Amino acid sequence: MTDVTQIQTTTMPMRKFRIRWSDVGDHLVLILGSLFMLVPLLIVLQTTTTTDVATIKNGPELVIGDQFGVNFDKAMFEASGFSGENTGMSMLKNSLILGLGFALGKIAIGMMAAYALVYFRLRFATFAFWLIFTTLLLPLEVRILPSYEIAQKLGLLNSYSGLIVPLIASATATFFFRQFFRSVPEELVEAARIDGAGPVKFFIDILVPLSQTMIAAMFIIMFVFGWNQYLWPTMITTEEHMYTLVRGIKQITQDLEGTNIPEYGRANMLALIAILPPVLVVIFFQSWFVKGLTESDK
Amino acid sequence: MKRAGFTTRWLPILLLLPQLIIIAIFFYWPAAHAVQSSFYLQDPFGFGSTFVGLDNYTDLAGSGEYLKIARFTLVFTILVTFFSLALALLLAVKADKVLRGARSYRTLLMWVYAVAPPVAGFIGLIMFDQSWGPLTELARSIGWDFKLGVNFNDTAIAMVIVSVWKQVPVNFIFFLSGLQSIPKAVREAALIDNRSASGRFWEVTFPLLAPTGFFLLIINITYALFDTFGIVDTLVKGEPGNNPMTLVYKVYVDGFRGNDLGGSSAQSVVLMVLVLALTIFQFRLVERRIHYT
Repeated sequence: MTDVTQIQTTTMPMRKFRIRWSDVGDHLVLILGSLFMLVPLLIVLQTTTTTDVATIKNGPELVIGDQFGVNFDKAMFEASGFSGENTGMSMLKNSLILGLGFALGKIAIGMMAAYALVYFRLRFATFAFWLIFTTLLLPLEVRILPSYEIAQKLGLLNSYSGLIVPLIASATATFFFRQFFRSVPEELVEAARIDGAGPVKFFIDILVPLSQTMIAAMFIIMFVFGWNQYLWPTMITTEEHMYTLVRGIKQITQDLEGTNIPEYGRANMLALIAILPPVLVVIFFQSWFVKGLTESDK
Repeated sequence: MKRAGFTTRWLPILLLLPQLIIIAIFFYWPAAHAVQSSFYLQDPFGFGSTFVGLDNYTDLAGSGEYLKIARFTLVFTILVTFFSLALALLLAVKADKVLRGARSYRTLLMWVYAVAPPVAGFIGLIMFDQSWGPLTELARSIGWDFKLGVNFNDTAIAMVIVSVWKQVPVNFIFFLSGLQSIPKAVREAALIDNRSASGRFWEVTFPLLAPTGFFLLIINITYALFDTFGIVDTLVKGEPGNNPMTLVYKVYVDGFRGNDLGGSSAQSVVLMVLVLALTIFQFRLVERRIHYT
């Protein structure tokens, strides 16, 4: 003990000085890192405030133009496709439906399955667990074509159910809730049973309220995940009125290939609208988001 | 399994049913179908198919194009994994250290997590725009005529940069939470034992972070292999041509554009084996991870 205090007091003055310099270095690294992440977004933002001609002529500048409203109107209410139905408005609506449906569906299905696995004596529980677990081995990318064929046979193309339902089976959500349910004290079940509560009542009145934080954490992760889906919507939605913002990004890039003046303002505005909702969710619910991410292990 | 539970028989089955039905229809059936069609040659006009055994696989192994794509995917995966892990580790160590502005830095460094890969690809298109993109200008200023979508190497570099940009936040979040879970007592002991900051990092912090790092390694490899699909698709603007592409993108191109069902399925099966290997590896590590922490 005396040794420790001695070392600390003797090195104190020198360390104070050194720490200051290394502090500057630390902040420098962090500022550079932050700029690396942020500058691309700022450039997209800047070009939404200028005319397309100005963007082409001058590139990104340090001025904020006055075209934000004009570009916003173009992005939200004008369509680029043949049908005239893929306006920013309609894509935003579809993205919201996909994000919410995806998150709520995954949570509901995952919680139900986890409840069945943890709280019931089920003969094939282990088998069911492995069935769910093995889906981790089959990401969409390895079964693209056959999945599409099934959706087609079931008549799910260009429908919201086709967009959402095939994606909501979730090993991740099931494990996440299974883990949490296991940590809930057993006395609760016993008490509930003594009070005469059945399994349904116990689930709705006790377990769901207890899981609120877990549900919130999972919701944020899954909303972002659902909103950002690309491959499945690309295959399943061929009609422009069903496009989500992320699905529509390909068409947005084609705006940059125009024979006339590429519509940078409109395209960047749409990209911005595709970015903002999930980013805001992550920023505002940061602690829940980090919890959901690190505790579900992806 | 908890000791105390309910004994109702029909309820758990009812609760599991939605999940199991979706899994059966949209996971197991398509996967089985992919394995099956990898042994068949599909008639291009849809008039049935013939059993060809392992022909689709030997075709793949003998295809120079496929091997070239596999090689590119390997290099791409190594570069993306290395740079996004290294950059994130550096930033996490610094963000863990500073006292002022820690929260702001954390927000600034993690928000990109929420950007969809194809949107990240779109931002890449803007940054590397041929006529005014800031990074194109930067390359030109050092005499490098950067041509995204035309020059193979330039496109590959853009893909790596965009993929790293998109992946740093995930790694940063995990590294930071790993760093913050190192007990204060350990840090103080290290402070006494080892006076050089870099010595402390390599001898104490880094080994303690190793389990997180191994876990992230698998996550990053999976990301580079699969989740970069959207980035690749937007950066090449849906026109593969001579552009670099990853194995997953090739499955998509062959299956959807080329209508080569057998070949595309054989590629899918190759990827399934790859995921299987990665998952087994990951779970061995997770077991070890529990021992550590």
